[in-house]
Amino acid sequence: MPKITYQDNQGNSKIIEVENGLSVMEGAVQNDIPGIDADCGGSMACATCHVYVEEKWLDKLPKAEEAEVDMIDMAYEPKKNSRLSCQLIVSSDLEGLIVTTPAKQS
Amino acid sequence: MKKIDTIVIGAGPVGLFAVHQLGIKGLKSIVIDNLDKAGGQCIELYPDKPIYDIPALPECTGKELTNKLLEQIKPFNTKFFLNERVEEVKQDKENWIVKTNKNNEFSAPNIIIAGGVGSFEPRKFTIKEAEKFENKSLFYAVRNKEKFKNKNISIFGGGDSALDWALELSKFSKIYLIHRRDEFRGAPHTISVIKKLEKEGKINIKTPCQLDSIEGNENISSITIKFDDDKMENIKTDFILGFFGLIMKLGPIAEWGLSMKKKTVEVNSKNFETNKKGIFAVGDICNYPGKLKLILSGFHEVALASVECFKRARPDQKYRFEFTTSSKTIQGRLGKK
Repeated sequence: MPKITYQDNQGNSKIIEVENGLSVMEGAVQNDIPGIDADCGGSMACATCHVYVEEKWLDKLPKAEEAEVDMIDMAYEPKKNSRLSCQLIVSSDLEGLIVTTPAKQS
Repeated sequence: MKKIDTIVIGAGPVGLFAVHQLGIKGLKSIVIDNLDKAGGQCIELYPDKPIYDIPALPECTGKELTNKLLEQIKPFNTKFFLNERVEEVKQDKENWIVKTNKNNEFSAPNIIIAGGVGSFEPRKFTIKEAEKFENKSLFYAVRNKEKFKNKNISIFGGGDSALDWALELSKFSKIYLIHRRDEFRGAPHTISVIKKLEKEGKINIKTPCQLDSIEGNENISSITIKFDDDKMENIKTDFILGFFGLIMKLGPIAEWGLSMKKKTVEVNSKNFETNKKGIFAVGDICNYPGKLKLILSGFHEVALASVECFKRARPDQKYRFEFTTSSKTIQGRLGKK
């Protein structure tokens, strides 16, 4: 199972093995990773699973679709490397991905 | 203080169906919601997105579902208190007293919390100074546009609210429209009008950039925005408007002494009562083993909760289970002959 690193804005991190096919958001919620709220449950309707992906991963990840970018407008402190973790589906391509959660989600 | 059988908090699909299940049992309810209309997340987040898992409705949008539910509860003439948030819940012997932010008070033996993920509130600027100016010269909604006449206004956001207000206020004020990226996500027609006004010099568009600081003492004098390439620009500003959409906040529910798990209220799965007798939680906000956050689960939850509500509101009567197909009493309550 691919290893995903969840890091908070203080630099504390946890490495979790997430099953292929789950989203990065689900990997966090199922493993009680704080900092990812996912209020809407993954329907891309709330921007509370917002994460920053490590710069080098930006181009390797499937590009965000328009609706995701629109929703990121409503996230807490969006940056260029912002993504919604509910839209990042785990596969072996994501082995070693590092995501950082923002100071808060709402 | 108004007395009623059940206070329903939240006018989403599950709150609306609660009114139905209570109504056919002869219980009167009122509904309180922080939004300006019924429908909850269905209306606020996905009015036009199709839902495929409502039993017997192969496909319907959030808006259609809401309208159907409103039609279904019409016979009960339920009073809605919209734009209103429940602030306080107090016990008064067998009853609960609910107080809203508009100082309305209700008393009932039952409260059904159908609050979804909490109440919708505008997402705010994250820089510290923003709070100091909030509701003085920085706003997240326009209540009275007269206030904004002949001023320098900086509008932040890329959606319909930001664009619509930029258009409207540009008629009599100098507008800066500022967004974190180059693309706007408003209606295509609005975007083209905005671009035209930009050419005519009536609206200044600044992208991709974000608010860096606000200058001023009592009132705002200017703002500094930071572009993606780290370039800074100072803009003379009297008023700031921020339109970043709505977020859901649990709000005061967390302070009512209910047993909570993360942002949800713990209930039993027999009648969805919380640790407080007479307070029920249903829909997305409740939590019990196996809970699924589906609208259809919420419908089931209110059906069961309403039975316990009946027992509490009519302690001297015996609850009789009835079908709508055969019960003359229910049909009468629905206005059918």
